[in-house]
Parts: sequence; C-alpha cells; structure tokens
Amino acid sequence: MIPAPFQYHKPASVAEAAELLKKHGSDAKILAGGHSLIPLMKLRLAQPEVIIDIGSIESMSYVQERDGGTAVGGTTHYVDIANSSIVPTALSEAAAQVADVQVRNRGTIGGSLAHSDPAADLPAALIALKGQIITSSTGEHRTIESNEFFQDLFTTSLREDEIISEIFIPSESSGTGSAYVKFANKASHYAIVGVAASVTIAGGKCTEASIGVTGAGPAAYQASASVSDLIGSNLDNADVEKASSKAGEGVEFNDDVHASGEYRAHLVTVFTERAIKLASSRAG
Amino acid sequence: MGQTVTVPITLTVNGKQHSAEVEPRLLLAQFLRENLSMTGTHIGCDTTSCGACTVIIDGGSAKSCTILAVQANGSEITTVEGLADGDNLHPIQEGFWEKHGLQCGFCTPGMMMSSVALLNENPNPTEDEIRHGLAGNVCRCTGYHNIVLAVQYAADKMKS
Repeated sequence: MIPAPFQYHKPASVAEAAELLKKHGSDAKILAGGHSLIPLMKLRLAQPEVIIDIGSIESMSYVQERDGGTAVGGTTHYVDIANSSIVPTALSEAAAQVADVQVRNRGTIGGSLAHSDPAADLPAALIALKGQIITSSTGEHRTIESNEFFQDLFTTSLREDEIISEIFIPSESSGTGSAYVKFANKASHYAIVGVAASVTIAGGKCTEASIGVTGAGPAAYQASASVSDLIGSNLDNADVEKASSKAGEGVEFNDDVHASGEYRAHLVTVFTERAIKLASSRAG
Repeated sequence: MGQTVTVPITLTVNGKQHSAEVEPRLLLAQFLRENLSMTGTHIGCDTTSCGACTVIIDGGSAKSCTILAVQANGSEITTVEGLADGDNLHPIQEGFWEKHGLQCGFCTPGMMMSSVALLNENPNPTEDEIRHGLAGNVCRCTGYHNIVLAVQYAADKMKS
C-alpha cells in the first residue's frame, strides 16, 4: 500500500512550519512521527497534497519542569514520556501502554492529540491531569484546555493553521496521586476503554479529583458526575463504587466489533473504579 | 498532482552510506527492499501491526512500513542483513537456530531486530520483559515459546 503523491517540506523550525501551513491551508498535513497519518495515507483515507514534516525539529522534543508544571514538546516520542521521571504518573503510565515498543519509539504526543482517535490513550491522561495544549501559528500562540480540545470522533478544536507545539501539565497539589488503567484490544493494544484518574487527599478526605475516559465514546471526556461525587468523600469502597457508576453518564457509547456499547458501559464503571483506587493509593 | 518531484536522501544502512533520489511517498521498507535489494526486511501486514518490517533506526526499533524513506534521511539503520559478521552469526541468530525459534521464518527478521534492540537496552531481560519487548511482533506459527528461549540464549551468549 502506497500513499498518493504529495509535495514534501521539511521546515527547520516551528515558525517555518507555521508559515508553510498558512500558505498551503487545507491541502497540507503536519507529519511528526507519522504513526497515525501514514497508515491513513497508505489506505488513501487521507490524501494530503502537501506534507510538512516537523519530526526532525529538535527543539520540539523535550520534557522539562517549568513555571509550576511540566512542559512536553509537541513531537516528543511516547518512549521519552514513558521513561520520564518528571511527568505525572498518569501520563507516563498511559504513554507506556501505547501499542508496542516500535510504535512508542516513533509516535508523538502532539500527533496523538491532534488525531483524537477515540481509542487513543494519551487524551484520557491529559484530561485527568488538566493539561493544556499550546499551539503555534504564524506569529501567535494559543492555549487550549484539554477538556475543550477533544470535540468528537477525530475532531479537535485545533484550527487549520495551528501546530501543537507544546503540552503543559500544571503541577499536582501536594497529596495527589494519579494513574492510568486500560482494557486493551489484545491485537492492536488500542484502549477498548481507558481511564486516567487524579486524586488529591487532605485530612483523610478527597479534596480534588479529575477523571479522563477514552475508548468509550466518540472522543475522550472528563467524567464530571464521578468527580462531583468523589470530592468531599472519604474515598471508602462505597464512595468509589458510587462515583464510578456515573462515569458513563450521558455518553453515547461506541459499539463495534471489538465491544458492544453495553459492554463498554460496564468497562467504564470497572476501570474508573480501578483508576480511582490506584490513584488514591498513590495520594495523601 | 502531475509531475513527480524527488527528494535527495542519504542513509547509513548496516554501516554503509547510500544516497538516492526518492519520491517522498516511498516507504522505508520499500526503499530497503527495492532500491537497496535488501529483502531481509519483510512486509507482512503493511499496517504497523505485525512487526515483520522492524529495523533499528538510530538505536531504536521501528516499523519500516510506516516510515517514509525521507523521514529516515540522515539516520543510521540496521537491518537483519547487518547482524552477522561475515560467516559468524550474531548471538540472536544463533539463538533462533539453537532453540528452533522459527518455523516458516517470515516473522523472524523482525523478531530478531526487536530482540537486538531489547537486548541493547536491557542485557538481562526477564521472561516477562522479553514477552513485552516483542509485543509488536506477531508470529503466526505460534512459536513464541521458542522465540523467548532464543532471546534468553542470546542474552547469555552476549554476556560471555
């Protein structure tokens, strides 16, 4: 399977890439690791006329502590996030569970987020950690909150002229633990359902919580009803069970050959409970 | 689109530099097999799933069916052809031989490249680490058990 022909550009900087993107508009696609885009191009589901390859811009690949949080460059590979000791646990745990070694060596965080595959792992972690997506376009930067970023199946709030240049994750409050757990498709390792949780405990009570769910519906989402239940609770078994039972509220569940909607609804409850318990065990 | 515009690339494959003018849409697996006639790198599923096309790029294993040759410009690549030293088999090749780590052999080049990348990073893998390290490689003769033994053989051999 061979992609349709395209014009190839390899800009040396984000600014140059943004100029090219502005010039070519909807004819162009950004290529980073290519592990979402190239398979689509091989199947000719995507036939961009122009490819802008940002995968070799070294200044876009980093994990660093900065201004009250952790900054991750847009083209940072999964493997570097999985191995990082400074990103919050839910994110490194999600990156470590993406596909397989070869894919983790090439796929990038920005590519995964921009693609917004309903079964991708990183969106759930980013939502749970209240991460921000920083975009670059010609002469401009924009910050998008993760809970406003993933809109629908393969649809984000990224504008046509924007490149994901950085992901910023605010520092966790003291007493916070986070986790990502998933029920994986055994062949592809995609998440049939994946849940990331962040839980803050102070004085024996849950004071902050955030839960990102992927695989269940058309796009990753924050399980708001579960979060409301958790905050203020003692996080005992009954509290966690009750909160988890609401993690699929209002969701139009995916229903496909891998799992029925009904089964996904069940998995969301089970894996939310596991994620909350694992995050709680790391908190306080 | 009309005319085809080619792009110059230079890659180091198994220690030897190769320069070529390629169409941007040429996949690395095709470049290795068709331009360089190195057919040890197999194309199995062609969908980033099976791992038969695994090569090592700048130290890390990668599926060459999902990488454009132009993306690999300037990289150092090792393919299965680069494992043996003349007539002397690489320890992983010897391991697959000694432990009967293959049946039909189609997945073997990819299995060996993933194994070498794993052992370079982790010279003493546990059985669990070997199995997770090979999660991106599929063997349809279901020979995983002996493949694990082959990797363990190579790990022991590389220590001595």
